[in-house]
Amino acid sequence: MTETRFTQDHEWIRLDGAEAIIGITDHAQSALGDVVFVELPEPGRKVAAAEACAVVESVKAASDIYAPLAGVVSETNPALTDDPALVNKDPEGSAWFFKIRLDDPSAFATLMDADAYADLVKSL
Amino acid sequence: MSDSDLLTTPLDPLHRQSGARMVDFAGYAMPLQYQGILAEHLHCRAEAALFDVSHMGQAILTGPDAATVLERVVTGDIAGLKAGRQRYTLLTNESGGIVDDLMVANLGAALLLVFNAGRKHIDAAHIRAILPPGVTLETQFDRALIALQGPSAADILAAIAPAAGTMRFMDAITLDIGGVSTTITRSGYTGEDGFEIGVPATAAASFVTELLADPRLHWAGLGARDSLRLEAGLPLYGQDIDATTSPIEAGLGFAIGKRRRESWNFLGGAAMRAVHDHGPTRRLVGLSAEGRAPVRAGARLQNRDGLLLGQVTSGGFAPSLQEPIALAYVRTDHAQDGTEIFADLRGRLVRLHVTPLPFIPHRYHR
Repeated sequence: MTETRFTQDHEWIRLDGAEAIIGITDHAQSALGDVVFVELPEPGRKVAAAEACAVVESVKAASDIYAPLAGVVSETNPALTDDPALVNKDPEGSAWFFKIRLDDPSAFATLMDADAYADLVKSL
Repeated sequence: MSDSDLLTTPLDPLHRQSGARMVDFAGYAMPLQYQGILAEHLHCRAEAALFDVSHMGQAILTGPDAATVLERVVTGDIAGLKAGRQRYTLLTNESGGIVDDLMVANLGAALLLVFNAGRKHIDAAHIRAILPPGVTLETQFDRALIALQGPSAADILAAIAPAAGTMRFMDAITLDIGGVSTTITRSGYTGEDGFEIGVPATAAASFVTELLADPRLHWAGLGARDSLRLEAGLPLYGQDIDATTSPIEAGLGFAIGKRRRESWNFLGGAAMRAVHDHGPTRRLVGLSAEGRAPVRAGARLQNRDGLLLGQVTSGGFAPSLQEPIALAYVRTDHAQDGTEIFADLRGRLVRLHVTPLPFIPHRYHR
């Protein structure tokens, strides 16, 4: 099983070769509440690290989703368009948002590991 | 503001025991949600929901001709409000704007006023400023207020207070329930049948626990309260209406009593009459959106050619309709039902249509 890393913005990232799979954490979906709409980036879009490139809308509010690392969007998850509530049901599994072909796959190692993220959530 | 600076309602411990997510609302720690906004919303429409609205302000107006005195600062026919009945009315300012929207009930010996949480101190001062000697406004801001809403609400309340079961929409009574002195009105702000019940603070927790013994009744928080009132097309003070809003443009002309329109003899009446006679330049309308992306408060509205038409004041995803809905002020010449309007959503245009209010039919027990 590949390692999962995390960001301050409560996103998770898994690496598959030079491609990163990105979603939001269970903590994030719980804080957002019922998700009713997800707006995903166009495949082929070039994104910088920390660039807002997707939006998740809960009943309460809209929140930006950021590209954790620089690269090119290679794929988005069609299941989220059909069933946005999947984000609440399986946030760290089938409800991934998009994939990015990374400019520099080694940058993955600069992201928070599971322990560091657990500490972050505990501190909130 | 830190958590400890917030005021709490008499039901605060019950919320925390029930797993509520608490938020700051009008200076009070209030439950935003328990199980989740969608589930709470849908349960209210299907069965029954219990809301703590103790942050709202209850006050008692007494004295000779109290109703006539109050009419100097509200739009409603209060002198003509029969004992045992309640009315929605508007507290006005000099410029014909809305200081607050409130409920006034004639309890026989006194008038019961219910103010919005964020306005209650302003309202009390505004009313006291015009009271002659002998007429007094007694605030009861520590008193608990709960809203029991939904198609099963009457059944649930009648089990412990049979007299409540025979009330009709906008009836108001005082009732002793097991030694607890309550005020009950058959009203609410969800579009459903239901009740608002005033209870002394010390008796509130046990009263609510008794109600919640009925498995059909679930807690619902401010999140569901907001989505329910939006579907019901009911404006929220501070968001859809405020001190600069004329009731005429907000679609609240019905709250100006028929007799009151003959003389417009209340604070700001002349200004309000001018808007009424000339017609408002903008109107509060309902909007329904295509697609699933919610259009939220603050979104700018335009026509196909980019001409600015207005702004969204409340917007979100309607759980019962499974589509985005909004309340917005738009230019009067674009306020007709069916008019196509576009919202700028993150640089993309979303198409909306002016839709008759309410978005879902009211189900009051008339």
